[in-house]
Amino acid sequence: MSAHTGIIPEPIARQPWGMLIPLFLLVGFGAAVLYSAAGGKMDPFASSHLIRFSVFLVMASIIASLPRDFVRFMTYPAYLVVLLLLIGVEILGNVRGGSQRWLDLGFMVLQPSELMKPVIVVTLAQFYASLPLGMIVSWRALLVPGVLIALPVSLVLLQPDLGTSLAIAFGGAVVMLLAGLPMKWFVGGGLAAVAAAPLVFFFGLQDYQQRRVMTMFNPEADALGAGYHINQSKIAIGSGGIFGKGFNNGSQSHLQYLPEPQTDFVFATMAEEWGLMGGLFVLAVFTIILGWGLRVARASRDRFASLLAAGMTATIFFYIAVNLMMVMGMAPVVGIPLPFMSHGGSSMMTNMICIGALMMVNRWNREAPRYGLAS
Amino acid sequence: MKRFFKLRNGARRAGTVVNASTLRNTFERRTVVIGGIQASIAILLAGRMGYLAIAENEKYRLESESNRVNLTLIPPRRGWILDRNGAPLASNRADFRVDVIPDRLSDPDRMLTQIGELLGLEPDRITDLKTKVETTRGFAPVEVASGLKYEQFAALSVRLPDMQGVVPQRGFSRYYPTASSVGHLIGYVGPASAEEYEQDRNPILITPGYKIGKDGLEKQFEQGLRGVPGARRVEVTAGGRIVRDLETRDDIQGDAVKLTIDGPLQDYAARRIGLESGSVVVMDCETGDLLCMASMPSFDPNSFSDGIGSVEYAMLREDQRVPLRNKVLKGLYPPGSTVKPMHCLAFLQAGVSPEDTIVCGGGRRIGSRFFNCHSNHGVVNMDRAIAQSCDSYFYHFAQQIGFDKVAALAKELGMGQEFDLPVTSQFYGTVPTSDWKFNKFGREWETFDTVNASIGQGYYLASPLQLAVMSARLATGKRVTPRLLLDDPVVQPESFGFDPEHLAYVHQGMNNVVNGAGTARRARLPLDDVKIAGKTGTAQVVSLSVSDGRSGPWKFRDHGLFTFHAPAENPRYAGAVVIEHGGGSGAAYPIARDVVTFMFDPAKGLEALKQLERQWGGTAQERLERRYAAYAAERGAVVTPPPQRDEDIFDRVEAEARLEAEQTQEIGEAFVKPREDQTASGTPPPDSIVPPPPAEEAQP
Repeated sequence: MSAHTGIIPEPIARQPWGMLIPLFLLVGFGAAVLYSAAGGKMDPFASSHLIRFSVFLVMASIIASLPRDFVRFMTYPAYLVVLLLLIGVEILGNVRGGSQRWLDLGFMVLQPSELMKPVIVVTLAQFYASLPLGMIVSWRALLVPGVLIALPVSLVLLQPDLGTSLAIAFGGAVVMLLAGLPMKWFVGGGLAAVAAAPLVFFFGLQDYQQRRVMTMFNPEADALGAGYHINQSKIAIGSGGIFGKGFNNGSQSHLQYLPEPQTDFVFATMAEEWGLMGGLFVLAVFTIILGWGLRVARASRDRFASLLAAGMTATIFFYIAVNLMMVMGMAPVVGIPLPFMSHGGSSMMTNMICIGALMMVNRWNREAPRYGLAS
Repeated sequence: MKRFFKLRNGARRAGTVVNASTLRNTFERRTVVIGGIQASIAILLAGRMGYLAIAENEKYRLESESNRVNLTLIPPRRGWILDRNGAPLASNRADFRVDVIPDRLSDPDRMLTQIGELLGLEPDRITDLKTKVETTRGFAPVEVASGLKYEQFAALSVRLPDMQGVVPQRGFSRYYPTASSVGHLIGYVGPASAEEYEQDRNPILITPGYKIGKDGLEKQFEQGLRGVPGARRVEVTAGGRIVRDLETRDDIQGDAVKLTIDGPLQDYAARRIGLESGSVVVMDCETGDLLCMASMPSFDPNSFSDGIGSVEYAMLREDQRVPLRNKVLKGLYPPGSTVKPMHCLAFLQAGVSPEDTIVCGGGRRIGSRFFNCHSNHGVVNMDRAIAQSCDSYFYHFAQQIGFDKVAALAKELGMGQEFDLPVTSQFYGTVPTSDWKFNKFGREWETFDTVNASIGQGYYLASPLQLAVMSARLATGKRVTPRLLLDDPVVQPESFGFDPEHLAYVHQGMNNVVNGAGTARRARLPLDDVKIAGKTGTAQVVSLSVSDGRSGPWKFRDHGLFTFHAPAENPRYAGAVVIEHGGGSGAAYPIARDVVTFMFDPAKGLEALKQLERQWGGTAQERLERRYAAYAAERGAVVTPPPQRDEDIFDRVEAEARLEAEQTQEIGEAFVKPREDQTASGTPPPDSIVPPPPAEEAQP
């Protein structure tokens, strides 16, 4: 993308710096917020945040260098492996934090549901890319992807992890939409979902999940109970004002009124100290990253690559939108972290896989801009 | 067929032709839509954040501050209540206290049992607390115990992390050094009720451990005694841990209330009442200062201030001597013969000569009917009539001048009047007149009404305070007004303009009651230079046909009364003693004698009291405590709990007092035949019996 000036070596100059520099700034800003959330210390949050980002950045550049055919070849096996891991969680999963989500592999703790988010996108992109074009309006174009999505979603729901299963379904649905399925199916599906929502709410959700949904509509009614988190988060954001209370001066986070100031509510922690200005900066960076992602998708002439890039963008978007709506009291508390700012390895990994995949598509676009037509 | 085929075909091709280009178009279109949705969500989020951070900034900044900063009110130290010499009748003692906040207890039952064990509380106190915690509104803290020792306090404090809703505090508690002696006068303090908080939304009222006046002067001077609370602002974490102190403002102690009461005299008089039920009022004749307003038996304001216990309340309720009633202000009694000196003054003013005589033949015919006297006095002049309390004399002259004239003077001298005193309530009794009777009962005034009223019986009712005021006014001939606050200006009482000779005659008669051939010769002071003058009274509460007034049920016995002034020649002090159901005036005047002795020679007075207290089994407070212990041991488990609100307790007491006064008036519906030998006294009331003091520890 960047023009080659001759001074900067070509391999560096060709990186998508327009996205990467805002991303680095955001991660650095996140580290500063985590530094404050730890009470003015690098440990335990900020340093590991930076280290993880570095590690996963290396991983992302490895992904970015993968050839297209290899990726397409590996897609279905990867899907199978992750699905097996999800089943493994159900069978072998350790009980942690009230739900079975982790698989202890000995050298690391793996959360397969996180891996499933990018994998479902690649899998569906691969499916639609290989589907004969005329069949896109047939029931087969809906049935197979439906099963591909339903399997992991139901496994994750069993854990139970509503947030992640919604993320998987969202990623899959966006790829289906962009693949060109008839619009009326989505409208019908949407209507069905609206009709089924009360049933799901009353019979499908756990007690605590029901309460979280209810309190979203009126958090102040139960300020010391289920609405506590939302309320404290709004207090943190609202009390920050335009310019914030200043770095390291957030009373909501430092005096522990804010629940989980380093993970799900990191945005509230940031907003308290940096105010609206900090918030707009974060939103701006996310807009740049997502806009770049969509541009990459549209720039690709290859059906697989464009679906892949758009799906990855949608996955990152889902994280951002749900988290920010949650901390501002517009969505129920579902435990979804904020990309690149929240402290936590799994989400950093998922989002960096998405970034890596986008950089990969970006590289394919650059190397063979008209590749798609040959497909 | 063709048509169907076509249709089928058409249905199949419902969408436009699908090829790479249309799909690409769809993709491009839909990415634009998705990008648009994302952008609008970004704008929505930015707008929402702007709304929170700008429009609602004020609100959330306040909420964040109220999260961060915890304001604790420091209850102000209550103003002291001082006697005329500056000695405290009510003061504050620094101590440790434990409260619970009912709403925050997860398992109140278990928690209270645990606290009870830690602090060594009595089982009935724990039962009381459990009832109270169940019925109290969530915001009001309930005091578990106060006056704790440091060790107990420390034992509880270390367990605090496991005890949510338990609040240990350092603070001050109210302390009444003379305990039950001042119970009725001073009142006591207690936590504000929900109702009181509704009325006065002062946050200090619901601060744990803060107490307001509940009765007597504590209630009357609440606003002044209260003071200004201090405040402590601290930064706290969500878990309640204090991070640092931000600012502390000290409390300002409430203003002291200075009374005209003489503390030692009040205590002495209260103790001197002994096993009886009664009251003693002493006034300064010159200024109207109330030196003593003792009403016994009483409650211990110290223990009431910790919360009225079920057992204690039940014991006081069951006591026939009504220890919850302030008899000085709310006891109404027929004044009996104590009004005779005053009536004589009325006769003199109406032109009766002190040397006018009548013949008492064990009674006298008035109109068409013969009315008995308590004795046969023969030829009686005014002096003899007062000294020997001859009823016939008063029947005769009251009938001669008309009772309404007598009643007018009685009202002048304070009978039936209310006084401007800072007390919660005072009863004003009755001076019967023909108008009053007609208004109240719709019946005409009859001869026997004059006869009854002339000797202070029948419908006549007065409180001990009124009797004391009457004595003071009669002793000085001036409109002496009772005064309770030392800081109130002293008003030089105006003279009634009585003929000094008239007064001298009356005083002479009263002097002879004690120091001459009178009815109260045993009331003579054991002092060489001071004489007391007075008048005995025996007030019948039921007619002679029901009881002879001495034996039988305690409730039917006559009241014993004595009004007095001293020194006899140059009155300095005046007062009244009323002993309920004492069996006759013989129960009253020895108390007046000892009280006045104490005023002029404290050592001698105290010696007499000590001797008596040895017989009675200790001071009033000691007896109260022993009685409580015995009562609790005997009936502790089956008592009825006190009313929820302290106010209800005293409303009930007051209603009962009014009812009782009405009942006393019932004998006025006929001639009250005086009984003979009025000086004799009955035995102490049955309720006064206390278990003997514990024996000296036996040597093993």
